[in-house]
Amino acid sequence: MVRIKDAREAAMLGRRSDGTLTRRPLSPHLQVYDMLQMTSLLSILHRISGVVWCGGLVLLSWWLIAAGSGQGAFAAAQWFFGSFMGWVALFGLTIAAWYHTCAGIRHLFWDAGRGFAMEDAYRSGRMVVIGTAALSVITFLLILI
Amino acid sequence: MAEDSASIRSLRSPLGRVRGMGSAKGGTHHWWMQRVTSIALLPLSIWLIFSLSRLIGAEYAVALQWLGNTFNAVLLLAFLAAAFHHTAAGLQVVIEDYIRSDLQRFALICAVNGLAILLWLATTLSVLRITL
Repeated sequence: MVRIKDAREAAMLGRRSDGTLTRRPLSPHLQVYDMLQMTSLLSILHRISGVVWCGGLVLLSWWLIAAGSGQGAFAAAQWFFGSFMGWVALFGLTIAAWYHTCAGIRHLFWDAGRGFAMEDAYRSGRMVVIGTAALSVITFLLILI
Repeated sequence: MAEDSASIRSLRSPLGRVRGMGSAKGGTHHWWMQRVTSIALLPLSIWLIFSLSRLIGAEYAVALQWLGNTFNAVLLLAFLAAAFHHTAAGLQVVIEDYIRSDLQRFALICAVNGLAILLWLATTLSVLRITL
């Protein structure tokens, strides 16, 4: 007998071919995937980069609120962004931001019902990786110039 | 009539099946708004990332001048509105996927949305303060 601990699982009960009850996996059932496949790896990276963007939004908020508060608060924020930790954070955030943007475009095509064939999915996946690298390098160059 | 008999395959009433599963009509709103805000964020975030990359380590006066520009301020306000909506919506989906306890899930979603609204108000006020 399968015990249900979560109300959502009521819709996820199934029967095996021998008739016994089984619990189907709930999303995101990571255990089903081979995480080294490009399709699943890019999918989980899209979610991770989205969560990383939240940190970026908090830092952007700090910078904007500091700019509106006055010189002292702004200097403190600028000190952080100029520090080693600040550079590491901005480096990671740049890549995460561009990745989430490129992968987001890919998802919008999927939402429109396009690009589901396996070769298309792999091609768009490679385009996302190349696009992220190119846009990140352009951004780093803009910072350094 | 053939269609009617085909649609009634369960002994449960339509109300019984629907109850507790959210209302009809509004079910796609969250998903749809996430897509709409993502399309709005596409040009806005490209503009913002390239703009901010030129402002790293900027003097206070330079930053104020950039924020005080009406064009920049309007795009920034639009970005903040779309970004906080999109972020709160996205985080809500992540929470709904991983948090199993009803109470914890509800509390976390409330906290995320509340924090997003507070930060959106604070940043928007800050931009308006500088540009006005």
